[in-house]
Amino acid sequence: MSQNTLFDKVWDLHKVADLPGGSSQVFIGLHLIHEVTSPQAFGALKDKNLKVKFPSRTIATVDHIVPTDNQSRPFKDNLAEQMIEALENNCKKHKIKFFNIGSGSQGIVHVVAPELGLTQPGMTIACGDSHTSTHGAFGSIAFGIGTSQVRDVLASQTLAMNKLKVRQIWCKNKLSDGVFAKDLVLHIINKLGVKAGVGYAYEFSGPAIHLLSMEERMTICNMSIEGGARCGYVNPDKITFNYIKERQFAPKNENWLKAVTWWKSLASEKDAIYDDVVSIDASKVEPTVTWGITPGQSIGVSQKIPELNELSVDDQFIAGEAYEYMGLNPGQAIKNTPIDVCFIGSCTNGRISDLRVAAEIVQNHKVSPNVKAFVVPGSEKVAKAAIEEGLDKIFKEAGFQWREPGCSMCLAMNPDKLTGNQVSASSSNRNFKGRQGSPSGRTLLMSPAMVAAAAIEGKVSDVREFIKK
Amino acid sequence: MKEEFQPPKGKIMKISGNCISLVGDDIDTDRIIPARFLKCVDFESLGDAVFEDDRKDLMGKHPFDLKSNQNAVILLVNSNFGCGSSREHAPQALMRWGIKAIIGESFAEIFYSNCIAIGIPCFTLAKKDIKPLQVRAETGNLFFEIDIKNVIAIEGSTKHKLELKESSKNMFLSGEWDATSTLLSNIKLIESKLDNLPYINLNK
Repeated sequence: MSQNTLFDKVWDLHKVADLPGGSSQVFIGLHLIHEVTSPQAFGALKDKNLKVKFPSRTIATVDHIVPTDNQSRPFKDNLAEQMIEALENNCKKHKIKFFNIGSGSQGIVHVVAPELGLTQPGMTIACGDSHTSTHGAFGSIAFGIGTSQVRDVLASQTLAMNKLKVRQIWCKNKLSDGVFAKDLVLHIINKLGVKAGVGYAYEFSGPAIHLLSMEERMTICNMSIEGGARCGYVNPDKITFNYIKERQFAPKNENWLKAVTWWKSLASEKDAIYDDVVSIDASKVEPTVTWGITPGQSIGVSQKIPELNELSVDDQFIAGEAYEYMGLNPGQAIKNTPIDVCFIGSCTNGRISDLRVAAEIVQNHKVSPNVKAFVVPGSEKVAKAAIEEGLDKIFKEAGFQWREPGCSMCLAMNPDKLTGNQVSASSSNRNFKGRQGSPSGRTLLMSPAMVAAAAIEGKVSDVREFIKK
Repeated sequence: MKEEFQPPKGKIMKISGNCISLVGDDIDTDRIIPARFLKCVDFESLGDAVFEDDRKDLMGKHPFDLKSNQNAVILLVNSNFGCGSSREHAPQALMRWGIKAIIGESFAEIFYSNCIAIGIPCFTLAKKDIKPLQVRAETGNLFFEIDIKNVIAIEGSTKHKLELKESSKNMFLSGEWDATSTLLSNIKLIESKLDNLPYINLNK
C-alpha cells in the first residue's frame, strides 16, 4: 500500500469516515457541474426532498451542448435549449454560481476552473465528467463521477469510495522539439495499455514532467482516464504556484504565502512508497498518432500500423476490429493518411498555448482545399486572449473556421459532427467508434501542432518537418 | 412486450434470469449509449437506444436484437467494459433495457461505480471461464440464479464461483448501494471536516 505520496496525504485529509460496508466516505472540496450530467441529479434531490448542502462548494458552467457557430438564445436545437434552461433554473434555485455564455468565463469546465484559480493543490475535485482528472495537474485529487454520485455530492458534499493504489510514472529526460505533452501521454497509454490504470491513481513525475507548463501538465492528467486511471496528478511546484497566483479565486494577501507553504508540504515525500513504478524515456517519444479505436492504439508518426502478431494476445481482438473500422491495413504507414476534417479544441488541447503552437504552424500557409478545419477555443477567456494576440486572424487567413467556446466535436453533442466515414485529425481525447458524431466516422488523435500540419497538407504529416521549413 | 421498468430498491440478494453475451474488449460508454442520446433531462427513454449504432450496423444480428435474448437480465462481457466517458446514461440504458447484473473479465472504474450506485452488481470472472459461458449463452439458453451473499451463479446443479468487491457486496446486501442516506448520517462529521480543511479558510 502506498505511503507518503500526495495521493495518500490528500486522501487522509479528506476522509470523513469508514463506512460499514468497507469503503470510505470522502469529502469533496470542489464540485464542478455542467448541463449534461446534472439535471437528473437535481431531479433526484427533489424526489428525496433534499437540499444542496454547501452551495458555495459547487460551480457550474455550460459546455457539452453549446453550438459553436451561433450561440444566440434560444438555441436552434430544442433539446439543447432545454438542457441549458434546466441548468440555469437549478443553479438559481440552489444558489450555485454559474458561468453562463457571455459571462466572460464560460467554457469547457476543465478549462474554466483552472483559469479562474478555482483548481488548487490539495483539493479533492469531482465532476460528472471523466476528464475531471485534468485538475490533478495542480496536485489535487480529481476524478469523474456519474450522475447518482453528483446527487450524493450535492446532498452531502461527500462520496463513498475505495482508496486507489498509486502508480508513479517517472518520465526521464525531456521531450524533443516538435514533440508535445499530447504525444507523451499517448505514448504512455500505448506502453501501459488502456486498462492498466484501473484501480490506480497515476502520479506523473520526473524531469520531463516538471519542465512542462501547467497547460501541458493538464493535457497529460486529462488523459489519465484513457489509460484507465480515474485520477492522475503532478506534484505541485513553482510552475504550479506561478500559474495560480492572482487568478480570480486564488488565495489573496497574507493567505497566499500560507497557501504556498501548505501546498509545498503536499508533494510526495522522497521516501514515499508506491504500489507500482514505471519509467518512460521522454526523449524517445515521437509525434504520436492513433490509428485505431482506442487511445492506446497509437504509433510514432514515422512508424507503421502494427501487424496482429506484433501485438499481445490481449490486444489482438480489438486491433482486428480497429483495422476494419478504420479502413487501415497492418503494416501501412500512418504518415500520408488522407484527412477530411481538422479539429483543434477540447479539454485536452483547447487552451491558449495549444492555439499558439497551432497558429505558429499555420501562419503563412493555407488549409488544403479538401479539408474542413476549425478551431474551438476552450473558453471565453481563451478566445479573448487569442483574439488579442491576433491568433484568430492567423487561423482565418489560413482557411480555418474560428468558432465560439465549447466541447464541440470532441464528442459531437452539438451540431459539429463528422459525416459518413470522414477521417478527422483531432486534438481531442477519444477515437472511439462513432465518437465524433457519425456512426462510421474515424478519428486520429494527435497534438494541436500535428492537427495544424495535417490541415495544411491534407494528410497526416510530421510536424517536425514543418518546423524546419 | 417487456414488463414496465421498475428500478431496484433496498436490499439486493438474488438475481435470476437468462444470460446475454456481448463479445469484445474495451467496449466504451459511447458505444453503449451514443452522445446524441445524452440530450435529455431524465433517463426514462434510454432503454431503446442502448447500443443504437452497433445495432444498426449489424442489422438485427446484434445480441440486443436477437429474439432469444429479449428476456435476458444478466450480461456477459469481456475486459475493460464501460471504458471512456463517465456518463451514467450507459448503465441506465442497460438497466432500462432489462439488465440487472453484469459478469465480465474486468470493468472500467467509473462505469463500475455508476453501476453500484444504481443497483447493478458487476461480477468478475477470469477470461478462460467467461469465454465458454459466452459461447453457451449464444448457442442456447443459459439461466443463472446469482446468489450475492455467496457470490455464486447457480446453473441447475452447477455452481460458478464469481468475484465481487467486498464493499460492493456489503452495500447490496444491506441496501446501502443507494448511498445518499448513509452519507448524510455522518452530517456532523462532514460539517467539522469542512471547518478543518486548510484551503477553505485560505480562500475566504
